[in-house]
Amino acid sequence: MTDTEPYAIELKGISKAFGPVQANKDISLHVRKGTIHGIVGENGAGKSTLMSILYGFYKADAGEILINGQPTPIPDSQAAIRAGIGMVHQHFKLVENFTVVENVILGAEDGAMLQPSITKARRILKELSDEYELHVDPDSVIEEISVGHQQRVEILKQLYRHADILILDEPTGVLTPAEADHLFRILNGLKEQGKTIILITHKLREIMEVTDSVSVMRRGEMTATVQTADTSPEELAELMVGRKVLLRVDKAPANPGEVVLDVKDLRANDDQKVERLKGISLQIRAGEILGIAGVAGNGQSELLEVLGGMIPAAGGAITVNGDRIDLTGSHSDGQSRRARGIAHVPEDRQREGLIMPFMAWENMGFGYHHDPKYQKNRLFMDNAALKKDTAEKMERFDVRPPNPFLEAKNFSGGNQQKIVVAREIERNPDLLLIGQPTRGVDIGAIEFIHKQIIALRDQGKAILLVSVELDEIMSLSDRIAVMFDGQIMGEKLPSETNEGELGLLMAGVTKGAA
Amino acid sequence: MDFATLIQLLDSSIRLATPLLLACLAGLYSERAGIFDIGLEGKILISAFFSASVAFTTGNVWLGLLAGVASSMVFALLHGVASITFRGNQLISGVAINFLAAGMTVVVSDSWFSLGGRTPQLETSGRFQNITLPFAEQLQGVPILGPIYHDLISGHSILVYAAFLIVPLTWWLLYRTRFGLRLRAVGENPAAVDTAGISVVRMRFTAVLICGVLCGIAGAYLSTSLSAGFVREMSAGRGFIALAALIFAKWRPWYALMACLLFGLLDATGSLFQNIRLLGVSVPVQFMQALPYILTVVILAGFVGKAIPPRAGGEPYVKER
Repeated sequence: MTDTEPYAIELKGISKAFGPVQANKDISLHVRKGTIHGIVGENGAGKSTLMSILYGFYKADAGEILINGQPTPIPDSQAAIRAGIGMVHQHFKLVENFTVVENVILGAEDGAMLQPSITKARRILKELSDEYELHVDPDSVIEEISVGHQQRVEILKQLYRHADILILDEPTGVLTPAEADHLFRILNGLKEQGKTIILITHKLREIMEVTDSVSVMRRGEMTATVQTADTSPEELAELMVGRKVLLRVDKAPANPGEVVLDVKDLRANDDQKVERLKGISLQIRAGEILGIAGVAGNGQSELLEVLGGMIPAAGGAITVNGDRIDLTGSHSDGQSRRARGIAHVPEDRQREGLIMPFMAWENMGFGYHHDPKYQKNRLFMDNAALKKDTAEKMERFDVRPPNPFLEAKNFSGGNQQKIVVAREIERNPDLLLIGQPTRGVDIGAIEFIHKQIIALRDQGKAILLVSVELDEIMSLSDRIAVMFDGQIMGEKLPSETNEGELGLLMAGVTKGAA
Repeated sequence: MDFATLIQLLDSSIRLATPLLLACLAGLYSERAGIFDIGLEGKILISAFFSASVAFTTGNVWLGLLAGVASSMVFALLHGVASITFRGNQLISGVAINFLAAGMTVVVSDSWFSLGGRTPQLETSGRFQNITLPFAEQLQGVPILGPIYHDLISGHSILVYAAFLIVPLTWWLLYRTRFGLRLRAVGENPAAVDTAGISVVRMRFTAVLICGVLCGIAGAYLSTSLSAGFVREMSAGRGFIALAALIFAKWRPWYALMACLLFGLLDATGSLFQNIRLLGVSVPVQFMQALPYILTVVILAGFVGKAIPPRAGGEPYVKER
């Protein structure tokens, strides 16, 4: 490649404000044709806004976009598609009950009749899948194929529209390690064919693994662009957060005590009567963290929900500190669980952990309204006490801004999570259930939440950690159990296993079968 | 029951199923695009009134139909502006349309015709005439097939034939054309449609307007074909029964035809057989007349298996980052 060749993408002075919030400030970016360029940054750093501008979802307040050296205004998605830009969103934009081929042609049909487009798309899909290892059955229905395959459909959709520039937003969040490796092979194949790829991610390991160059965004600004070969994860993390960050979790060896949670042959069904837990047995001792690894949707959520009293169990037994707890009926709700010393940080903080339009102090009281501390007398709550309590907890957990009167929806993801974690951990539970503690949480807050979890363990509490982030499971857990299809495939010690082995278990492959 | 009575029953079923079918297909277009519409009833009613009024005033039933369809489309547009442009609540907008139609038809007709909320009786030219299909008379004598052709298939108004033809047309549009693919997609996942570079707003307005046209035809059929003039509240809940039929049909055109014929049959049975003795007990006429509504409740209670509505139904589309 010569230096005279124009950049595939060139952004000059892009700015965008939403009301008083400056989401993008004078951003410039140069990406060479045929390279993979990473963009990293914390949540709210402006990565998504910038990409939305490039894909025509938003109009920039100022600045210019050049595609292959040509100034190209992109007022809408149609213009972006015409300019050869394709985007694979974090949440796939697929019609679930359509077939693969229907999804691929949607919006790119050749005429008023479907049949010719479908015939043509079938042929092109075959060619593309042979060329780039993008194998999917064109006639399968989206909701019946795996997430990894759905992602391939998204990529095929863009290639079918002749995209030369592919933007991928957090593409590996839902993939197993093996699927992620496959995706990277596909991306490298695309790169070799001269496609330009922009990869947005918060996983620094992936940046190091596949990108040629990387840009870091912080608070709406592009703080650095470097060649990947010249940098390190530590340096990138520091650029993202603006201070030194400890990427490795520091923890002393566990000192397990008595068994706190004992689960035997636990079964549970979902609303459609499909069995989601198929006989789970596990134990957690005091002062120990059991990590549950697995691809999302293999029963981890149901396990948390049964333990937390959100759904009834269909069979099995649970004891906490030697006492059997009710699995069905009126004594199996969250309230009864809390009375037993079980605290629960649910997986989806925005739907289950918080009520978004309520203020922080109102949220801080949920589940603990009956606490005598918050009662004025038999009839009335002592809101002042709750507000004071909230302010103190927000201070201790570094929630920003520490304002009990701000509505939950106005906090960033990381600070919302800190509110939930503060509410549950400060109750000093015997057993903490914590699901996806750092999903959508920025690096600085991840570090903080991890420290809190370790601190709770060191106080001699039992912790059940569910996460789809394998890194998180590996670094926090004292023992790791892998779930697949409602069953525990195996238990490993973090010191004696690796991502490859766990990845196979997550895909349902056991030693005997392999 | 003898053969002639059976033919009479089925013939009556077809006539009564027609407005349901038109309304059901109207709802199908709207709901497949993700816009729930409980305002079918109101649109039928307003169209029934304007069709009859204009048909009476001009003496031309086609102008009546046109006026009815136009009025229904105005109401559909209202629903569209409220629920698509301003992202309002689709149920509330639909309820408002029903109230508006119920009140407006009575007030305006009383002011125009001073007949207490009715329009005058329509003369022959103000009504759709029944069409005798070719060879109906000649074949009448053929046993079994003759009466079926002459009495059952032949001898309906053009709107009946139109309604039944719209079923395959809708199927073809929905599953064989680009328009149909996009329509179905916008009701399932508008974000997918938007990122594919298609306007969600335009797709949804198109669907809502088609809904308006079909409701308009249904209303015109009621006042200028099934009856001879408008009377207050003459839609009599058909818009709601059509919605039940739509759920019964799981939002599919051929099933919609079956569902509407079933409701038509129940309706016809109720009005044809006022006194039925079943197992020695005489069934009260009120029960027979209530049958369609009872069936509706049973269907809505989910006794027909799981009916999955279009997944984005009822939710205004807001662009996200």
